[in-house]
Amino acid sequence: MHQMTLAGIAAALTAGEFSSEEVTRYLLARIEQLDPQLNSFITVTPEVALAQAKAADQRRAAGDAGPLTGVPIAHKDIFCTNGVRTSCGSRMLDNFTAPYDATVVARCQAAGLVMLGKTNMDEFAMGSSNETSYYGPVRNPWHTDAVPGGSSGGSAAAVAARLVPAATGTDTGGSIRQPAALCGITGLKPTYGRVSRYGMIAFASSLDQGGPMARSAEDCALLLQSMAGFDQRDSTSVDRPVPDYRAHLNDDIRGLRIGIPSEYFGDGLDPAVGAVIERAIDEFKQLGAETVPVSLPNTALAVPTYYVIAPAECSSNLSRFDGVRFGYRCDAPHNLEDLYKRSRGEGFGSEVKRRIMIGTYALSAGYYDAYYLKAQQARRLIRDDFTQALTQCDLIVGPTAPTVAFNIGEKFDDPVTMYLSDIYTIAVNLAGLPGMSLPAGFVGGRPVGLQLVGRDFDEARLLNVAHRFQQHSDWHLQTPTQFA
Amino acid sequence: MALQRSDVEGIAHLARLAIDEADIPRYADNLSAILDFVEQLRAVDTRQIAPLAHPLEMSQRLRIDEVSEPDQRDHFQQIAPAVESGLYLVPRVIE
Repeated sequence: MHQMTLAGIAAALTAGEFSSEEVTRYLLARIEQLDPQLNSFITVTPEVALAQAKAADQRRAAGDAGPLTGVPIAHKDIFCTNGVRTSCGSRMLDNFTAPYDATVVARCQAAGLVMLGKTNMDEFAMGSSNETSYYGPVRNPWHTDAVPGGSSGGSAAAVAARLVPAATGTDTGGSIRQPAALCGITGLKPTYGRVSRYGMIAFASSLDQGGPMARSAEDCALLLQSMAGFDQRDSTSVDRPVPDYRAHLNDDIRGLRIGIPSEYFGDGLDPAVGAVIERAIDEFKQLGAETVPVSLPNTALAVPTYYVIAPAECSSNLSRFDGVRFGYRCDAPHNLEDLYKRSRGEGFGSEVKRRIMIGTYALSAGYYDAYYLKAQQARRLIRDDFTQALTQCDLIVGPTAPTVAFNIGEKFDDPVTMYLSDIYTIAVNLAGLPGMSLPAGFVGGRPVGLQLVGRDFDEARLLNVAHRFQQHSDWHLQTPTQFA
Repeated sequence: MALQRSDVEGIAHLARLAIDEADIPRYADNLSAILDFVEQLRAVDTRQIAPLAHPLEMSQRLRIDEVSEPDQRDHFQQIAPAVESGLYLVPRVIE
């Protein structure tokens, strides 16, 4: 049962092969048995899950079911869940029981999806390895000494280990795509504004975007359908109809123009990873696509630009954690300043503190123009590169990450090296474009992800191209031996 | 850009973050390395480039200024560290 996809479980529920309660109990038991090896969940929610599963079975019996009613998933612990702890991977929110649901959570619930629990993540989504979590690192199911990537590392590991068929994630600089690549699953970061950010704990508001993580493009299409759409409560939500993502999955891709950016195949890319990506591109050619060389000349600016803009926005967003209204409060503060400083100093981990300090510095008097304004100007250059390239091709293809999963501890003490593991994903957030990672092969037994980048709101095309690739390859069907 | 101990202390104060004395040298090293890394941006000529604040360059959606959310103070204060009579308690500010 654990090898079934979201689409497969939905079909089996419709056919009456098993009930939602049965599949829910089965996966809860599997999580209990296997997750101690991975640490992919922060909170498992059996009571909520079984109540939702029973309600879903009743909806199905009453003929009131949607396509995904009764199908179990997990939510990244960044999405607020009413009455359930929402920690964001931080000591700051270890005691935080959210008093409302994020829009994504409410929509999934309305679709009848069953929540099995909340997945582990880098603290406040700041990390590329899931090592900054207050709840300890997550292990990669393909190699338990390796990181799963981050920040949505728990969601990626849980899906790869077949503990859940799909999970939600969020992506500020690659946090859906990079862990999807490192764990051998399929993940989609939608266009900025496509999925509501309401109730999604903010890191960098002009970059954050929620999206689906699953084992196939088809499952990503199904889950995105439930997540996407306009939300009055998110001031940057885009009011634009949501297409039927599943309708175009099988469209022919003959004549499709695939842009290959030379900058994504240069220094810094592990040649073995590059070879896997080249083979995937050949596969697309066999499916009738043509390749077009394109250039993204400002690629090298993306990571430095991001490490001004994201920390600046984070320093502002995280100022709300003050020990007064909710979250962690230090013991016996002797005055208000001490309450603020010690609650924040003790509640946040070292990577979060680093980023808050970088952002505070970049926004401080005398430095604003040199750092923040300069980065916003560079951001336009980066977006213009993509806009220009996407006039010459229908989508851009390259590696998701420069290497396969590295080992736990390998980069932890060197922030700049860690930041460079997001070199191919970060520019896509700065440009606001949709991006996707899908499994394309292995190097030394560790998965390699292929990245697709599309035009604004062109998620349906990315899903179509990924689905066609998956119809002609079996990389996405590979399962780590211990979890087969 | 090599940050000194006093720079780190100043930034931590602005950010209202207590940091351990023993950790200051490590923060100074890490933050200096990050700032050195972003220094690359200085080499780019951006004189004619307008800053980009929103990736899709959309303007803020406006709405009528009217009450749209119900009062949920009691509900929200259930998770507060310290409240009394509907007020959040903090250490005495005025002696």
